[in-house]
Amino acid sequence: MNRSRLFLLVALAVALTGFALIAGSRISRNLVYYWTPTDITHAGDKAYGATIRLGGQVAPGSIRMGNGSALDFDVTDRNTTVHVKSNGVPPQMFREGIGVVVEGTMVRSGYFQSDRLMVSHNNEYRAPKAGERIDAKQLIKSTKGLE
Amino acid sequence: MTAALGRFLILASVFVCAAGSMIGFAAGKKRSLDGLQMARRFAYGFAVLMILATGVMEFALLTHDFSVGYVAQVGSREVPTWVTIVSLWSSLEGSILFWGLVLGLYIAGATWLTRSQHVDYMPYAIGTWLGCATFFSFLIAGPANPFVSVPAAPDGPGPNPLLQNHMLMIIHPPFLYLGYVGMTIPFGFACAALLRGRLGHSFLRPLRASLMLPWIFLTIAIMLGGWWAYEVLGWGGYWAWDPVENASLLPWLTATAALHSAVVMERRGVLKGWTVTLVQASFLLTILGTFMTRSGVFNSVHSFTQSSIGPAILVFLAAALVFSVVLLALRVDSLESEGKLESPISREGMFLVNNLFFVLLTFTILIGTIFPLAVEAFNGKQMSVGRPYFDSMVVPVGTALLFLIGVGPALPWGRTTRQQAIRSLLLPFTSGVAVALIGFAAGARNPWTLVTLLFGGYAAWVTFVEMSRGGPRVLRRGRRRIGAYIVHAGAVIVFVAIAVSSTMRTSTEVRLKPNRQSTIARFAVTSKGKAVTTLEPRMNQYAAMREPIGTPDVHSTLTHDLYLSIMNIDPGNQTVSVMMLITPMVSWIWIAVLMMGVGGVVALVPRRQRVVRQALQEDIVPA
Repeated sequence: MNRSRLFLLVALAVALTGFALIAGSRISRNLVYYWTPTDITHAGDKAYGATIRLGGQVAPGSIRMGNGSALDFDVTDRNTTVHVKSNGVPPQMFREGIGVVVEGTMVRSGYFQSDRLMVSHNNEYRAPKAGERIDAKQLIKSTKGLE
Repeated sequence: MTAALGRFLILASVFVCAAGSMIGFAAGKKRSLDGLQMARRFAYGFAVLMILATGVMEFALLTHDFSVGYVAQVGSREVPTWVTIVSLWSSLEGSILFWGLVLGLYIAGATWLTRSQHVDYMPYAIGTWLGCATFFSFLIAGPANPFVSVPAAPDGPGPNPLLQNHMLMIIHPPFLYLGYVGMTIPFGFACAALLRGRLGHSFLRPLRASLMLPWIFLTIAIMLGGWWAYEVLGWGGYWAWDPVENASLLPWLTATAALHSAVVMERRGVLKGWTVTLVQASFLLTILGTFMTRSGVFNSVHSFTQSSIGPAILVFLAAALVFSVVLLALRVDSLESEGKLESPISREGMFLVNNLFFVLLTFTILIGTIFPLAVEAFNGKQMSVGRPYFDSMVVPVGTALLFLIGVGPALPWGRTTRQQAIRSLLLPFTSGVAVALIGFAAGARNPWTLVTLLFGGYAAWVTFVEMSRGGPRVLRRGRRRIGAYIVHAGAVIVFVAIAVSSTMRTSTEVRLKPNRQSTIARFAVTSKGKAVTTLEPRMNQYAAMREPIGTPDVHSTLTHDLYLSIMNIDPGNQTVSVMMLITPMVSWIWIAVLMMGVGGVVALVPRRQRVVRQALQEDIVPA
């Protein structure tokens, strides 16, 4: 193996390692967590600023339409409830009691700021009855994030 | 009755494939021409059985025979006939049967086209193909059996409404299958070369052609998928790095890399093992893609079906991976190089860099796609990798590839003198600067968009110069070269159109009352009225679905699209919420990808003279 060949291989190895390191750090910075309201309260400080998909049920009686397209509601998994502030027009199916997944992050003032709202789009989905457990994980799985 | 007939055909197919595969491998080992003949017959037999089985299924669908499990699942007397015909691929079991049909046609076609050639490779190739066919026959016979007998019902639910909602959904799946399944053929050829321990110059032609055909279908299929998402899903984009979109892109990337390295192999006699590896990787990635699409492991628009075939596909993927790796490890040394690379600054050097970039892209996207799966399997935590990861990793590498489309063809084979290099780079760059300036004047400010325009103008110039070299004569003589440059020209346009459309769009959301209007940029949008055009975004309510499906409407022109999508209809307040988007250059993506497909076809169609000459030679040489 001559020297230029060796040089080329070393250069290639360095470049690939660099690329892998960049890829690794970019992945960890862009992870989106799928959490339930309970997960979020357990996560504590980790929930602030992280990109989170919060899954749960729209708590009955909690929807408040504000000025313009502002929208407030609570997402619950029966154990814990998280207050969500969202902007933008909600999808047609959005209503009380339906399963939703909101993407956004927790802010320090104690609510979830969402920039995307997805409704459980599964034909088999039905709103849980009163007292029935909400399987938020299953709900997230069955929600088709169209993006 | 119909169900039993279908089931019999599928069971026969499992037997025919398994036997044919073993006969093929045995004939390869013993170098037996009789064995090869017999393997060929089994290959045709598989195709016939698949055609018959598909015919039986279509008959059952059209006659609304609800005693057949699949018909009971997707059939309906309510839907139009064309929906009934295409519902063959609207759900899991039928689509696997359709996969079997396409595989049968591919195998029979490849067997027929090589009927008097490559006798030392063909037994192994047929053995490998029928090995894969055995697995898919087994899937149709067992885990995804469409011919289950069920108590006959008077009517069925009809296929998934999302699929009924748009014409593109009829053609996207067949193209995807033709692309995916077709990768089996070059995989068989590659394995045959390894098993035989030789990859001669004459065997390059079937390898390259069999890779090119599914590449064309896959290229179109990826575009159709994006187009469908754009026209139907209503969020205004065409690509979201959804795991299933990635699944279709991954084999395309490795196949594209292989098509390029095959050129170097042809010219210089090097990179044989590398090309074979890329071909095998393309096949394995189609199987991985099938696993992702069909097993319901991802939250995705495509997870229509959550089924039990996931584990079976995973086992097949593992087996095919082990087979490929072991074969490579044991035999790659036998594909010895006949030449060597002279200088990195040359045409072949650029081909190598191209391959490096394509492989980097493949790894980047693969890691981002399966990382969440690995984490969930490991500790049960659900997460996904966000879009910024893909964008930030793929954009720089993609831009570099665009630059290479310009550099590669501008450099000569072998060695390049400094003057040649400078001349080939400098002159076309002026056109790149011009295009970037035009873009800047038109309002492009995103740095990546400007770089893309710069490289795009540069690559377009080089491509055009290379294409017109040799005058009209080349149309007859260098058809492969011309085809390649048409593909390049299409690719350059796609790059530019993606950069412009993704960074320069305007959007607003409005609530409209009846007879009110709203304005976005130059368009006045009225809830009832007429100006440039009338768009009718709508919400369709299907009987089988609980919720309505929104369908956006798009007014496309060559420069920009106006896109309207209904978000919400509020009957109480008499308002409708509409999302409005103006996106420049979107239509160019569809047009340019079609152009890439056309370029592929131009490169693929053999020259008539050569075919005749070869046919003559084959008459002389006893096969």
